[in-house]
Amino acid sequence: MSEGKTRILVVDDERSIRRFLSASLSGQYEVVQAADGEEALRAVATERPDLLILDLGLPDIDGVEVTRRLREWTQIPIIVVSVREQESDKIAALDAGADDYLTKPFGAGELMARIRVALRRSAQPESQVVFTSDDLTVDLTSRKVTVDGQEISLTPTEYDILRALVQHAGKVLTHRQLLRTVWGMAYEDENHILRVNVSNLRRKVEKDPTRPQHVITEPGVGYRLKMG
Amino acid sequence: MNTGPRRPDPDQLLAQVQAEEETARRGHLKIFLGYAAGVGKTYAMLEAAHQRKREGLDVVIGYIETHKRAETERLVAGLETLPRKTIEYHNVNLTEMDVDIILTRHPVLVLVDELAHTNAPGSRHPKRYLDVEELLNAGIDVYTTLNIQHLESLNDVVAQITGVMVHETIPDRVIDEASELELVDLPPEELLDRLREGKVYVPDQAGRALQDFFRQGNLTALREMTMRRAAARVDNQMRSYMETRAIAGPWAAAERLMVCISPNPLGERLIRSARRLADELNAEWLAVYVETPRDSTLPQQKRDMVASSLLLAEELGARSYTLLSNGSMKALAQTLVDFARKNNVTKIVAGKPLRPAWYERLRGSLVSYLIHMTGDIDIYVVPTSEPAHLPAEENPLQIHSHLPRYIWSILLVVVATVLSSLLGREISPTNLVMVYLLAVVVAAVYLGRGPAILASFLGVLAFDFFFVPPRLTFSVSDTEYILTFTGLFLVGIVISALTVQARQQADAAQRREADTAVLYALSRDLAAADGMRAVIKAIRTHIEADFGRDVIVFLPEGNNILRPYSDDPEAPSDETELSLAVWVYQHGEPAGRGTDTLPAANARYIPLKTSQRVIGVLCIKPPDEGQKLTPEQRRLVEAIASQAAQAIERVNLADQARQIKLLQAAEKLQNALLNSISHDLRTPLVSITGALTTLEEQGDSLDAAAHHSLVETAREEADRLNRLVGNLLDMTRLEAGALKVKSETCDVEDVIGTAVGQMDERLAGRNIQIHVPQGIQPISVDFVLIVHVIHNLLDNALKYSPAGSPLEVQASVHSGEIYIEVLDRGVGIPEGDLERIFDKFYRVQHPQQVTGTGLGLAICKGIVEAHGGRIWAENRVGGGSCFTIALPIPEGK
Repeated sequence: MSEGKTRILVVDDERSIRRFLSASLSGQYEVVQAADGEEALRAVATERPDLLILDLGLPDIDGVEVTRRLREWTQIPIIVVSVREQESDKIAALDAGADDYLTKPFGAGELMARIRVALRRSAQPESQVVFTSDDLTVDLTSRKVTVDGQEISLTPTEYDILRALVQHAGKVLTHRQLLRTVWGMAYEDENHILRVNVSNLRRKVEKDPTRPQHVITEPGVGYRLKMG
Repeated sequence: MNTGPRRPDPDQLLAQVQAEEETARRGHLKIFLGYAAGVGKTYAMLEAAHQRKREGLDVVIGYIETHKRAETERLVAGLETLPRKTIEYHNVNLTEMDVDIILTRHPVLVLVDELAHTNAPGSRHPKRYLDVEELLNAGIDVYTTLNIQHLESLNDVVAQITGVMVHETIPDRVIDEASELELVDLPPEELLDRLREGKVYVPDQAGRALQDFFRQGNLTALREMTMRRAAARVDNQMRSYMETRAIAGPWAAAERLMVCISPNPLGERLIRSARRLADELNAEWLAVYVETPRDSTLPQQKRDMVASSLLLAEELGARSYTLLSNGSMKALAQTLVDFARKNNVTKIVAGKPLRPAWYERLRGSLVSYLIHMTGDIDIYVVPTSEPAHLPAEENPLQIHSHLPRYIWSILLVVVATVLSSLLGREISPTNLVMVYLLAVVVAAVYLGRGPAILASFLGVLAFDFFFVPPRLTFSVSDTEYILTFTGLFLVGIVISALTVQARQQADAAQRREADTAVLYALSRDLAAADGMRAVIKAIRTHIEADFGRDVIVFLPEGNNILRPYSDDPEAPSDETELSLAVWVYQHGEPAGRGTDTLPAANARYIPLKTSQRVIGVLCIKPPDEGQKLTPEQRRLVEAIASQAAQAIERVNLADQARQIKLLQAAEKLQNALLNSISHDLRTPLVSITGALTTLEEQGDSLDAAAHHSLVETAREEADRLNRLVGNLLDMTRLEAGALKVKSETCDVEDVIGTAVGQMDERLAGRNIQIHVPQGIQPISVDFVLIVHVIHNLLDNALKYSPAGSPLEVQASVHSGEIYIEVLDRGVGIPEGDLERIFDKFYRVQHPQQVTGTGLGLAICKGIVEAHGGRIWAENRVGGGSCFTIALPIPEGK
């Protein structure tokens, strides 16, 4: 891996989109391009990029499949960009191991922010033991959660949910991923217990539970913890 | 004046040409006609076939029975023989000609032996000649063989000569319509020689009967008959030839023959005689049955007899009619004569009376009335010798069933006597007769003729016994009373006859009236019926009510040729029924019970024909076996079928018209939509393109503010374009039914919070209040879609209210529904638009230009309704608008 600039692999079959992404990213990052799935898989192995921007509608292998194959051997952050706006597509990509999902069209600013979040998370995995965002602080070592300096008490389940969200702060966790992490494989489809617990968690950590600022609902997909 | 060459009658010529064209389209039929088995018909047919083959024609054998005769087998070997069909019947395998294979193979000429053969039960047609007709209709030429005794009209003559009743018969028209008739002849002596040498096939089981049959006398008679039949045909051809070429000849004036049928078993013989006579005269002929009021009292067996006589007549080429008359012989004769005159009948055929002479003298004889009334019309009285077995009439039963009525008439006389004895003190005996007359009239009206006559007879006796001095004896002191008795008795009889007749006429009229009423009611219902379902229902109810029969209507549908019409699209359909219905549909002819095609079927299939085409099939199933439709009923059913066909066609046409109208409306809407979309899509593109080209060309010379403003414009317009495309996609999904509601239990709070959260940036600077009651039930909705709805409503509220004005979102429970309201303090909505704002592409005209696609609210409405909910808009007191979505609370929560 060459030193210096962070390297980003842009995978999209549309030349105009690769061009626009290269132009807007090249200021801060080194950009490598791939036009289809096979080329992308090869490039991840040979070019060793630090992050992947992946389109789902590739001519040869579907983006979700590319994600799944990459996850067999690498934890490289993957941001999926797609015109597919159906929640089932988002869930499929996230469940396959994508870190983030962005629906086309998107603004360059939005993409930059997502890239920054993904890079930051991959740079310091698990090492961060105290999460702070706005008025919320979560100390993973002492299991202490404070809001506005006030310590609040959470049930073990609520804490487990919060911890899972903190460990993937800024990233969308699908219902399935959260259920599997907190309750185990057998509970994968029990959306309602998750809903009730998230609702209770919000009453405790949000100032106004009707307008949550920390635990954000991604409609039809899952939840995300906003990073401060 | 008319000295030029005679011109052929154009009408006749046209008919001739049409007939020729008709036969040109059909295949040609050549019949090898012989007078008995063994004359060499099959051999002659095969030789002719070989000749055709040598001429290069495609000749195949459809069915030939060689009876192991070497010479025949040799000829068969040289020709292609098509496989036969095996039909299992009572565990016996019968082989029959396979019509379908021949139709598929479609040769130019096919050989079919034994035209009069009766097919095994379960075949498509009961008779082989009907198979042959189907082949001819398909344009295939057919060679076939036939013995003279199988001809329907000669059936009874043959039976008389030979003493053998032939059951396998074919209608004469088959011979008449054949293109060629080849007489295969062999002198009877030679035939008998061949028979002795064992060269003639004789079926074992009929050995003796056939030995009797093959007697020189029989054979000579049959041979003569055959030759005469062939000669008659040649004669016909000659006439036809001369007519077309306008050769003057001794033309008989057009003859028309009318045969009168009565309800007795000799009707068939009468009809055959009439047919032969009509043939000899080359005349058109009619078969007529006169229905009298008494028919209503006839046993079913006799009515069936009339029905089958008329059927036979039609089969033999007659046109059949049923007339109506009152009961007396004279009136009956008058009806016949009137009809005959109206139809230019020149000859009337009637049967010799069967009744004893005294009866005829008493009631009058039809024949003698006819002879007196007809004037210039010839009357043929055909002997109808006493039949061997006249079915026993069910008289005992009838008397039995009449018994109560006779008892009633006795009671009536008793009542009259009691009444008279009460009145007798003040009224003279002669006038008491009136009381008895009253009893007779009552008996005649309510009990019928017999009881009425009994009443008048008893009345005379009772009157004599009780009131005529000396009383309580039958002796009469004053001879004047004899006159009173006679008067009472005669008046009684006349009154009873008249009343009974009047009543019977009324009954008959009522029956006819009922028929007319059936048709009228049907046509009224059909006219009122809106849509196919109603039409079919009307047809079904009427036939079921009037004939007590089940009805299925088959209509073409989609990819299927036919389907039984049913409200339930999954309703099972019987394969056999369907295939028979398809046959009827394709051939346009009735089939099933009471027809020539598959008469063993348990229902009758009638094509629903309009003037242009067959549009379906009506299937009528009797509730039990054996019950036949009378010709009257058959005609009624056919009338119903034709009305039904017209009604169905009307519905079809109306459907087509409606579809065209719908298409036009859709096209109009599409145009409006395209206009709107092309405007909405292009406008942002214009701004974006403009901004970008300006930046590209003059980027360097622009100041920072201008630069920024251009970029800002381009970005905003791109957003707008994206929203529009998103809305169009949503709308398309909704309209295509591709939008699937994936309901899950959601917290109202979360739904609202998520929708508001998505708009955080645009809501900056607005005071937004969210009220969700604590502990409100969760709702079962598609989270994503309902968030989308609230998002759209908030977006609308932002667009139509001034910057900085407050917004509210609140949830509440109202009797089984949860309301989510989005309220603003904006400009409100004009009252007239409150409904229409949810229409596609509808936009309220506002002074300030608000950009939008006119789709947002339509999408909201679509989504909410897909959830079984409602959405509406109101203006708020104090300004602004309120949009409410009402979602049902799931059961059990």
